[in-house]
Amino acid sequence: MIRVLVSPEPIDVTTELARIEALEAGAVATFTGIVRADDGVSLLDLEHYPGATETALETLAAEAVAHWRLTGAIIVHRIGAMRPGERIVLVATAASHRAAALDACACLIDRLKTEAPFWKRETRGRETRWVDARDADHAAADRWKTTLSDQ
Amino acid sequence: MDLLYFAWVREAVGTGHERIDLPDGIGTIAALLDWLAARDPRHAAAFADRTRLRAAIDQRFVALDAPLDDAREVAIFPPVTGG
Repeated sequence: MIRVLVSPEPIDVTTELARIEALEAGAVATFTGIVRADDGVSLLDLEHYPGATETALETLAAEAVAHWRLTGAIIVHRIGAMRPGERIVLVATAASHRAAALDACACLIDRLKTEAPFWKRETRGRETRWVDARDADHAAADRWKTTLSDQ
Repeated sequence: MDLLYFAWVREAVGTGHERIDLPDGIGTIAALLDWLAARDPRHAAAFADRTRLRAAIDQRFVALDAPLDDAREVAIFPPVTGG
């Protein structure tokens, strides 16, 4: 099972978790990304590339499902305006055992950050600026390339 | 050909979408950017530092020197920052 959702609506973790637990795999891992409040950000705006975003996320999910033999993978990403404390992204993976679920979940969020066409714009007080890509995010995503190429 | 711009590239160019008739002899995204920059100062400013740009052809990520071939949609944008 692969489910990808890109939506301006708040992310309903309870419903998504119930959906993936209903697969009755032995292990479910989840990652939730939340807008940080600790550096003065009052608003975060997420722009995306409609169509290409969904295709990118579906491709990432399909690769993870194939590599780790997952029972299911869910990626939900919010777009539009959100405030500190709100969820930006949810990744959930289901597998027979925990190692596969945990590794696949980590891989999906690392690759999503560098391979899916989303752009963050932060508002602090009256100042608005586009967030720069981070080298550390690319390093995190790159380490999965070796993993995924080992069959 | 449809051109799409996202994030600060969209703001710098002044629009998120434009439709162009591609002249003969423009074979790559880099050549397309040169042509657009020569026509308009806003495009020139947005495309000045190519290291800050990424691209997609028909919704597939490609390098800036990628051939346009029969591209219907070309998107230009900064490195992605989702998640």
